Amino acid sequence: MNEVAYLPIGPWQLALASLAIAVNVALSIGLRLGLARTLVVASIRMTAQLLLIGLVLEWVFALDEPLPILAIALVMSGLAAVAAVQRTQRRFAGVYWDSLVSVLTAAFLVTGFALVGVVRVRPWYDAQYLIPLLGMVLGNVLNGISLALDRFTEGVAQRRGQVELLLTLGATRWEAAHALVTDALRVAMIPTINAMMVMGIVSLPGMMTGQILAGAAPADAVRYQIVIMFMIAAATALGAFGVVMLAFVRLFDARHRLRADRLRRVERGRR
Amino acid sequence: MARRDDMPLLHGRGLGRRVEGRWLWRTFDLDLTPGERLAVTGPTGSGKTLLLRALAGLDPLDEGEITFAGATLRTWPMPRYRARVAYLPQRPSMVEGTVAANLRLAFGLKAHRGRTFARTGATRMLEQLGRTESFLDQRAEELSGGESQLVALLRVLLIEPSVLLLDEPSASLDEAASAALEGLVAAWLAAQPERAVIWTSHQGAQLERVAGRRLALGPRA
Repeated sequence: MNEVAYLPIGPWQLALASLAIAVNVALSIGLRLGLARTLVVASIRMTAQLLLIGLVLEWVFALDEPLPILAIALVMSGLAAVAAVQRTQRRFAGVYWDSLVSVLTAAFLVTGFALVGVVRVRPWYDAQYLIPLLGMVLGNVLNGISLALDRFTEGVAQRRGQVELLLTLGATRWEAAHALVTDALRVAMIPTINAMMVMGIVSLPGMMTGQILAGAAPADAVRYQIVIMFMIAAATALGAFGVVMLAFVRLFDARHRLRADRLRRVERGRR
Repeated sequence: MARRDDMPLLHGRGLGRRVEGRWLWRTFDLDLTPGERLAVTGPTGSGKTLLLRALAGLDPLDEGEITFAGATLRTWPMPRYRARVAYLPQRPSMVEGTVAANLRLAFGLKAHRGRTFARTGATRMLEQLGRTESFLDQRAEELSGGESQLVALLRVLLIEPSVLLLDEPSASLDEAASAALEGLVAAWLAAQPERAVIWTSHQGAQLERVAGRRLALGPRA
């Protein structure tokens, strides 16, 4: 938007970069991995989606109205909620709603806090800040929710004997589910904790790298990264906790019964 | 809680359970009076296990009502109900750890607050089964099917329930262990007049020994 502090990439340079994917295709053909077609499709999808979102973002950034920006934020959250559920193996009626409620609560609370409380963006809906921050939070909340949900429902199915053992001995539904809940939350938090542990040593996060490439001072870029990591950790925990609690209420009824009958397994067809 | 002796302890009226659109059993009545030993019989697949699970409040009923100690199941707080009407599945689960950890399991729950695991009581029961105290320190994962069955029974007896629901308890036991199990249940039953037991079993001879009355379960029951 301001003076350009970085080298822009033209169409020919993009084409040149795409040659790198030939490494994958060659490997796949050479080793008969059967992935060549999928790789090409994935590359084309990635390129098209990103070029498209580039155009959309240009348009959004020019807006100065909160409503369309919030509408886009809602669509992004909805897509994240659906994607989170689609990576799980066992579903129950209402799981998409549970995922959506958890994504919205976690992402909006935490992103709102970052925008208004920490970075103090004026106006608060400034798309240049809101959309990228929300996007990063959503990407991680999505992972947290799908890991937590998958672990919890898998636990209900696999450890049904243990859960019902506790129930028959007089456990409340909460006592019976406690181990499954803590297990699911622990698994959901592992990627975030691992990322924080090695950040800056093993990995240079994409956002920070992007800011530096765009000409920001590394010291500033690093501060943004620290803020975003705290946001990600909080939102992941909130989202995972929310979705596990909602799943718990659906799979353990008020009469302290495990309702494993409400769970059905889906064949893993789609990615 | 005041209860006359002729009133049933556990009582089911018009019980019905449907599985995939088919009635497994329907209009089934059941009365269990204090001190009674009742056997529920029926061919494989007649839903004996589902009946016991319904009586334990683990599965919902499609029809009918269960009453225990004068109050309907719907008004009982489930954890307290299950602490008194204890269900032992055919293939009981063990938690990771020692036999003692398994026997102690219930005493960490709110429903049993104020009670503690009595190692001496457990040891005494183990002796009736021909085991020594060192059995308590054995790993639960290393137990045979029959031993797990016995530990699971002990675990339930230690919470001193009023009603025991035993689902094929001797399925994986040899004759001697079977007799030991029956002896434990008989001793538990004799210790207080307010207790009663329901068995399911494939072994006719066992039902002869352990049950005073039989109730047949079937689609036209």
